[in-house]
Amino acid sequence: MTMANQTTEHIKELCKGPETINIMEVCGTHTVSIMRNGIRSLLPDSIRLISGPGCPVCVTTQGYIDAAIDLARRENIMLCTYGDMMKVPGKDISLDQQRANGADIQVIYSALDAIKFAQQNPQKEIVFAAVGFETTTPITAAAILQARELGLKNFTILAGHKLAIPVIELVAQGDAVIDAFLCPGHVSVIIGSDAYIDIATKYRKPCVVASFEPQQILNAIAKTVEMIVNGQIGVHNEYKAAVTAKGNIHAQELTARVFDICDVNWRSIGLVKNSGLRLADEFSSFDAVTKFNLSDIEKDYSMGGCKCGQVIQGMMDPNQCPHFGNKCLPQSPLGPCMVSSEGTCAAWYKYHPLD
Amino acid sequence: MKNNDKITMGHGGGGQLTSELLNSTIFVKLANEHLDKADDGAVLDCPFGQLCFTTDSYVIDPIFFPGGDIGKLAVCGTVNDLAVMGAIPRWLSLSLIISEGLSFTSLNRIIDSIAAATKEANVQIVTGDTKVIESYNSKEEIYINTAGIGFFVHEKKPDIKAIVPGDKIIINGPIADHGIAIMCVRESLGFETKIKSDAGALNSLVKEVMDAELDIRFMRDATRGGLAMLLVDIAEATNLGIEINENAIPINASTRHAAELLGLDPLTTANEGKCVFVVSAEDADRTLEICRSHPLGQKSKIIGTVTGNNKVEMITDIGGRRIITRPLGKELPRIC
Repeated sequence: MTMANQTTEHIKELCKGPETINIMEVCGTHTVSIMRNGIRSLLPDSIRLISGPGCPVCVTTQGYIDAAIDLARRENIMLCTYGDMMKVPGKDISLDQQRANGADIQVIYSALDAIKFAQQNPQKEIVFAAVGFETTTPITAAAILQARELGLKNFTILAGHKLAIPVIELVAQGDAVIDAFLCPGHVSVIIGSDAYIDIATKYRKPCVVASFEPQQILNAIAKTVEMIVNGQIGVHNEYKAAVTAKGNIHAQELTARVFDICDVNWRSIGLVKNSGLRLADEFSSFDAVTKFNLSDIEKDYSMGGCKCGQVIQGMMDPNQCPHFGNKCLPQSPLGPCMVSSEGTCAAWYKYHPLD
Repeated sequence: MKNNDKITMGHGGGGQLTSELLNSTIFVKLANEHLDKADDGAVLDCPFGQLCFTTDSYVIDPIFFPGGDIGKLAVCGTVNDLAVMGAIPRWLSLSLIISEGLSFTSLNRIIDSIAAATKEANVQIVTGDTKVIESYNSKEEIYINTAGIGFFVHEKKPDIKAIVPGDKIIINGPIADHGIAIMCVRESLGFETKIKSDAGALNSLVKEVMDAELDIRFMRDATRGGLAMLLVDIAEATNLGIEINENAIPINASTRHAAELLGLDPLTTANEGKCVFVVSAEDADRTLEICRSHPLGQKSKIIGTVTGNNKVEMITDIGGRRIITRPLGKELPRIC
């Protein structure tokens, strides 16, 4: 019997009772891995996996996306972005289409690449669309510090970084039925497993940290079910190879040096207290919003009845959305969930769970 | 979002968007009995027998990469399209569209590589054309088109309609090396990789398989769109299904890791020297043996079986099941 088989059998054994166990995988990478590895097909019907708000692009306000597309349209600007943003629909066009129209848009892997572009193109304004959770934020912070050291005057960021814990807490308080959280691997490397203790104890929902390896996800699900069945509350770290209790202190300090915590709007979710990061005053010259006089980046609206908000808060599965697979397709998306590589709807569409 | 009247990079990715572009513009307007087959090459009746004719353009960036360059690719790609049609590739045309500023050093390197590849594949460049276009950047750029003609020596030609449930799917080695090698160079990832493109001419391997007179139903090289695209194409064209085993699909560890890092799916990543054979169950082992005895097929594997259920499904490493779909357009690296 393979290891996966043993784990699956163990889970089935634990799930003999009639209750449904609702586990939210917070992170988009978990959603993709679960779908890609067919993990749902291995679990008993009584386990319900719910995708959470962990795709950075999917929680970015429409106003931010429109602003990024608007910036790319302007003369003399090079917009640097992570690949995930390219296909996200704006109010009339996506970055991908904007690039076809001749805009200077570069897909990058690291904020530090944008610094290189700024050095190589002193006559151009380089704007980095800085989105992502705790994993990408320290790199943006490092880029800002480097830009200051190099004296770069042509580099700014469109600040859109968000924090994972406040939104997990929001979901824990919300209407969705969730018994436990499968916590993100990469984010936990930075914030540490202790970051989930408050949520676990306050809302009595076990939190289990796991990497994105399929066997480890299965192990984490088994552990979660075990904790629920035995009435254990707390945090369990399945990803000890990379995640410590306190996380990466250096990365945390880097972020704290450059950014201040603020309240921000989340796409389709609304204002979440202390869940966003804005540039600290000392670094305000790197803020694209001020430099290019942008307004409304916090503004949010949904297009054509997109129900991303309900999907990422665990209130609806993608295939329960009336637009999924007909009005909303990867080639003609209503919202980012359908096009981001970490988007719940995109993962469901690509890897259709077998009925 | 409004529909944009512009071609995007996604339309060139070899996935769903490419199919849509071809179906909505090219195939309807230029339809004929040969083009309609949408095969890798056209089989043409001539007074003295049959010829196979194909063409392909190469626009790769960067023009030099680990394991090859645009010249090698331009020969091997066209040779492979002829070979998988069951033809013996013989003559190629060579059209160069050179962007001003390309160095003679680079051009010589590319032409030397073309010479070596033609020698290896036993084909000749018999006609050609050279144009120079204006350049708007300082990058070295060149585009190449090759067309190729081959002839048939084997009685039986592979035919997608001959595929039946129970047939086996064989691939001649590890997938995704080309696409991932290119990505690593293009995006100057900042980490050292040893991943090399698998660019290579498959005609001698294919010929050895064909010479054995086995029940080879169909062959195709898995290029843009990767193995996933090819399998879905087969399933759609035959109204059959395919079940593949993830743990049987050969992939090099470094390629797998780089793909994970980039958030790319090896199944939908490009190859330039991989052929998929659909073979009768009886002849599968023998085909595998022949492939493995060839230098380009030492890591060949039987990766799946044709089924009757209209879907391409994968049994994953950990025993789960999932559907394989066609990639949409150009796959872009994820955030993190």
